Amino acid sequence: MNKILLVIKREYLTRVSKKSFWIASLVAPLLLTAIYAVPIWLATRDKEVKQVAIWDGSGLFEQKDLADKEIAFQLLKGDVSQIKKTFDKQGFDAFAAIPVDILKNPQGLKIYSEKNLSLSLKNDIERMVQDKVREILLRNAGISTVKYKETQVDISSDTITVSKQGAETTSSSGGAMILAAILGFLLYLTLLLYGSQVMNGVIEEKSSRIIEVIISSIKPYQLMLGKILGVGMVGLTQFLLWIVLTVGLSTATSKLYNAPSRMATVANSSHSEELKKSVAKAESSTQPMEELNKVIESTNIPLILGSFFFYFLFGYLLYSSLFAAIGSAVESAAEAQQFTFPVMIPIILAFILAQFTMQDPDSNIAFWASIIPFTSPINMMVRLPYGVPAWEIVLSMILLVGGFLACSWLSSRIYRVGILMYGKKMTWKEISKWVFYKG
Amino acid sequence: MILSIQDVVKRYSSHVALDRVSLEIPKGKIFGLLGPNGAGKTSLIRIITQITAPDEGQILFDGEKLSSKHVEQIGYLPEERGLYKKMKVGEQLIYLAQLKGLSRQESITRLKDWFIRLDIKDWWDKQVDDLSKGMQQKTQFISTVVHEPKLLILDEPFSGFDPINANMLKDEILALKDRGTSILFSTHRMESVEELCDSIALINHSKVVLTGEKNEVRNRFKAHQFEVLFEGNLTQELQGVDLVSLEMSGDQVSKKGIFKLQEGASPNQLLGQLINQVQVQKFQELIPSFNDIFIQVVNETN
Repeated sequence: MNKILLVIKREYLTRVSKKSFWIASLVAPLLLTAIYAVPIWLATRDKEVKQVAIWDGSGLFEQKDLADKEIAFQLLKGDVSQIKKTFDKQGFDAFAAIPVDILKNPQGLKIYSEKNLSLSLKNDIERMVQDKVREILLRNAGISTVKYKETQVDISSDTITVSKQGAETTSSSGGAMILAAILGFLLYLTLLLYGSQVMNGVIEEKSSRIIEVIISSIKPYQLMLGKILGVGMVGLTQFLLWIVLTVGLSTATSKLYNAPSRMATVANSSHSEELKKSVAKAESSTQPMEELNKVIESTNIPLILGSFFFYFLFGYLLYSSLFAAIGSAVESAAEAQQFTFPVMIPIILAFILAQFTMQDPDSNIAFWASIIPFTSPINMMVRLPYGVPAWEIVLSMILLVGGFLACSWLSSRIYRVGILMYGKKMTWKEISKWVFYKG
Repeated sequence: MILSIQDVVKRYSSHVALDRVSLEIPKGKIFGLLGPNGAGKTSLIRIITQITAPDEGQILFDGEKLSSKHVEQIGYLPEERGLYKKMKVGEQLIYLAQLKGLSRQESITRLKDWFIRLDIKDWWDKQVDDLSKGMQQKTQFISTVVHEPKLLILDEPFSGFDPINANMLKDEILALKDRGTSILFSTHRMESVEELCDSIALINHSKVVLTGEKNEVRNRFKAHQFEVLFEGNLTQELQGVDLVSLEMSGDQVSKKGIFKLQEGASPNQLLGQLINQVQVQKFQELIPSFNDIFIQVVNETN
């Protein structure tokens, strides 16, 4: 036992002290934070104010209506063809000519610019004109703008699961899907990532020939187990770092953005209207996050986290023991490729099945995919946020542990023979014989 | 006896690697395990190091049945050397010593001693990758002996060493023997057998075909032949002796003759007859080398 701890320690420390581990641990949270922070940043940063000249043939627009944060509109009088020639020399980025009959001819707006017009500027000008035109059309039709706005309600729904006992839980299926997808994908990634790390570790020991020295000190299964557990702990450490860093970084960035905007509100109350707008924009961009928060509130978090830990651990143990067996049978990573394929298939299959499970978490496919050990880690994680009967979870867990025990038995039989085999061309037939070798 | 190997059989699917092998390996001596490639030496070593288990028979270690607790009393240097390439020399040796049951502190103390002794102090923080092959060999040798095993198993220990380092290694092996370590020494190089071993066993085709104390084995293979350097001419028939060959020696004055004693004849009989006829300059018995013995026995048992 003590010696397994030594192996675990070595496997863990050599990996954690590598630069690549820390790069991976930092880059992922940075990326996630960027996904969260960039829209906020884009929404709140000070844009370069565009200068746009307006020629209003309809007489509907007045200079005082034309206040906008990002665009400085200026109403010009005079000859359109003259302005067309000179607007860029006067320092305008674009020139919009509103036709006389804009109320009847919504397609009549023309925008001129020297360079190609950016899509957002085009949209902003169109929106400005459109808002005014709609307002006037409504007024002409005798509808009050306020009344009209009252009719533009947003419909959104709360989805509620009713259990057989009649207990109601609010759920958010969109959010559940996001959470399920994140967890399933994370499992898929880590099974492949850390499984192949175990395999490469075994190949390294075999090809560097240190294996014979090691197994003259400890039993092959101790070495295999130590390696698998050591690499698994590296995986857990990485998860932990990802969670802590992501939460830390995103909290820090949101603080960073909130503080200056609040200060700005106090300093310049005349801009408060615009600020509200920009904050609203920022909030709408973080809607998936809120949706996720809603799910996190409505689902049983200890259950989800506990299950994630369980399915990661045993899914990882099951697959990595198979990867270890493959590593022991070959002499180089290149040779390993043809043998890894059969082990990758169930992982990839599980991931594909997870798409079906996500669409219909109560279907037969979803049920079996979340019960059978090879596919259950990913598929059960995907199903869990939707609510799964306890007996199914328990059955799936028991079968997974059983699957792990069977696989690790099989793998250790192959492993103890494989690590000492050199210079033989491996075939599946050969490998399957090893299982039945004595001592 | 440090090891008592009794009727050990090891079968693989296609062949028998060890066929009722019995050997007694004495304490505090260097025991040479000889044999051609594929004879079963590695299979036997792997059973002693408990990497594999025998199908039949048993092994006693220092009088007790060999079990996993003896792992810490055995040091093993395999023929195919290997270390973790991306690990530092010091950390790696500490790890290997800990696997042999030493505490971290104890291993550091002992390893520092070895580093001073072999004059490699500045290697401690080097990565194995950056060492030359010879340096790696030294490192690996330290890992084999740092836990002060009762039994040291060396499989072709001199391969990959330059003559200076090979000499140093030889001195270390002899020093370990003087401190009471029993050494099992597997090799093809017969000159190191002559030089180092106290006893030998020769394995061929999965069987022990020859075993015994070194000089005793050599005596067994004596052909009772004598090489005589002399001046003058042999004129009379020699009694009880056959002349195997006769030729002029390098200086073109004396002759070199090889004589074989017939059953029951003594060297003095030969010498007495020669003195009467010629001027004897040199008289010595031809002792077979282990190289000759090896080739002779392997050919006979093939």
